[in-house]
Amino acid sequence: MNVRTFRIGGVHPEENKLTHEVATKVATLPKQAIFPLSQHIGAPAKPVVAKGDKVKVGTLIAEAGGFVSAPIFSSVSGTVFKIDTAIDATGYRKPVIIINVEGDDWEESIDRSDKLETVKDHPELTPEEIINRVKAAGVVGMGGACFPTFIKLTPPPTAKAECVIINAVECEPYITADFRLMMEHADEIIVGLELLMKAAKVTTGYIGIETNKPAAIELLTQKCSEAFGASEYHVEVVPLAQRYPQGGEKQLVDAVIRRQVPAPPAIPVNVGAIVQNVGTAYAVYEAVMKNKPLFERYTTVTGKKLQNPGNFLVRMGTPMKDLIDACGGMPEGDNKLLAGGPMMGKALTSVEVPICKGTNSVTIISDDEARRKEPQPCIRCAKCVGACPMGLEPYLLAKISEVKNWERAEREDIVSCIECGSCQFTCPAHRPLLDNIRQGKSTVMGIIRARNAKK
Amino acid sequence: MYGVIIALLPALLVSFYFFGLGSVIVLATSVAACVCLEWAINKFMLKNERNTVLDGSAILTGLLLGFNLPSNLPIWIIIIGAIFAIGFAKMPFGGLGNNLFNPALVGRAALLVAFPAQMTTWPKVGQWSSYLDAETGATPLYLMKQAIKADNLDKAQEYLNQLPSTLDLFLGNHPDGAGAMGEICALALLLGLAYMLWKKIITWHIPVSIICTVFVFAGLLHLVNPAYADPFTVIFSGGLMLGAIFMATDYVTSPMTAKGQLIYGVAIGFLTVVIRNWGAYPEGMSFAILIMNAFTPLINNYVKPKRFGEVPAKN
Repeated sequence: MNVRTFRIGGVHPEENKLTHEVATKVATLPKQAIFPLSQHIGAPAKPVVAKGDKVKVGTLIAEAGGFVSAPIFSSVSGTVFKIDTAIDATGYRKPVIIINVEGDDWEESIDRSDKLETVKDHPELTPEEIINRVKAAGVVGMGGACFPTFIKLTPPPTAKAECVIINAVECEPYITADFRLMMEHADEIIVGLELLMKAAKVTTGYIGIETNKPAAIELLTQKCSEAFGASEYHVEVVPLAQRYPQGGEKQLVDAVIRRQVPAPPAIPVNVGAIVQNVGTAYAVYEAVMKNKPLFERYTTVTGKKLQNPGNFLVRMGTPMKDLIDACGGMPEGDNKLLAGGPMMGKALTSVEVPICKGTNSVTIISDDEARRKEPQPCIRCAKCVGACPMGLEPYLLAKISEVKNWERAEREDIVSCIECGSCQFTCPAHRPLLDNIRQGKSTVMGIIRARNAKK
Repeated sequence: MYGVIIALLPALLVSFYFFGLGSVIVLATSVAACVCLEWAINKFMLKNERNTVLDGSAILTGLLLGFNLPSNLPIWIIIIGAIFAIGFAKMPFGGLGNNLFNPALVGRAALLVAFPAQMTTWPKVGQWSSYLDAETGATPLYLMKQAIKADNLDKAQEYLNQLPSTLDLFLGNHPDGAGAMGEICALALLLGLAYMLWKKIITWHIPVSIICTVFVFAGLLHLVNPAYADPFTVIFSGGLMLGAIFMATDYVTSPMTAKGQLIYGVAIGFLTVVIRNWGAYPEGMSFAILIMNAFTPLINNYVKPKRFGEVPAKN
């Protein structure tokens, strides 16, 4: 087996895929669903419902608030309780729509059958039509970044797409949602990939999967040869060596097609690749073929101390508390609650934070594991330099961010940092490298934006 | 830090075996002096709440300083060396992680300048129970220097013939051998290198680049003029192994990137041969490392890791 991987840096955190073999359960409906208006990159969505309105499952409740934005659909039927603010994954109070759940009444337009639709059966699907449906259904990147998918499918005129790469790496420890999705909905994902390739007007596709998921590699390889064997499409399942952060877009492109995306503002399509998460491929299938907007997703609820960790098909807007209770409740003692995995997940301040489009996991880390060790002086051992997948010098970026030398930070390419945390993970002195770099990066990006705005 | 100390254990045992009582006294004094000084400076001068003495770096400095000394050095001179190492080279710069120069080497260099007589007479191996009274002998480096200085090739050859065989140098097993405690047995030091590479404490870049550079440069000189010792003898004698494996690889004072480390290593190797052959002192390793320590910030500033996106596309 030809096992590829990315070429610079990387680390190997403990896997802890506790829920690997746990089949996905359908989560029970919440009593009240909360929909943050900003659950994608770009402008927040604008509410189109008012207090007291009746909504069904799949009803548009907020429209896109700009070009880079995405509409939001209700995942439940019931009555709009209020439009208010609530704490979301950022830790701040943000505008939300709150809906009181009554029954489970779906919009008529959604096809709820299990019948597999194929692209062959739908000659009406032109690339433009696919992109329009994806845009209308509010599909965004499901891996966590939540970038509106339709924009990725319409590259700028300066770039030409050559292939679609499906990101099924799931290199983040603990999370198994993508793996379960692949095992349970491989056919739909394959059709989703075909739709994506058709929309991007390319005939080459790759599915990158790490070798810790042999069952998924085998299943998808078989499905690919069945689906694309006799077609004009060339699709390859690419087994990848286990290495974090392989699921990073740029790392994945490097691993799969041996091309490195240049420094920002370049994006993967500048080297010909359109990267979509495997969950996004599934969402595209449902949006285009089943007319089902994005309002539910696969999420892993996990943690070593949790009684019954599991994978859930969950309606968005469900408070995390409901899912945690379904797994046996919050473990005893102090716990750290993360939206996402332990490497890149965001620590939350409340269990009432709802599941959003990008919530691939709810991870609970117990106090003793979450507690940071006391930082020691940096002895410049250069382990962070070796681990950085972007070829940066984390020790230096952290230091110059600490002393607020923003010019130097910009010169040292701080904006190339993908915030994967490999440096902090590898640091033998337990220094808060990423914390400092994140602050530096956001400040420098602010300075760059201000400078560009002046021009 | 403690990993490096474990890697030094073979060399430590060998030094006990070859130099007996003297090595125990010198090493114990050196370690104790370094640790006590660091503790005292932290406590009374810097008034740090958290004393850094237990992080292992002072022990390491003490061991490395001791390894660079002759086993018959009086205690008071060792303490002066420790004061230079910890009190001048390390703590005034801000302690662990902030020193520009390798503390142990600063200690050694200061002693070499201040006490040239004591610091250039080396006890012979195998004197178990002697300390200050140990009989001294000519080190291989001294013989090599004499050979270079000799008027004609015959005289040079006379000196070179006194050199131990390469195998004896490698094992440290030669009755007339003499030298600093830690550098006597290349094998023990290479075991330490293997351990550090295995545990990923260091990478191969610095030691390999130094040793290869010295080998190639000394080999060329030997080819041109046989009065220069053969390259095998050169790399297994003196402080070369100790310096290349344990002193030049000091995290704090060596460059951060692989490319930078290669530049640093090659320069150290080159300077070592130059100083050994044409300088005033028979040994150039420690000065070469100290000189390159001074260049480390410059190297870090100009030699950057290959950024992502700069690697050309391959299909």
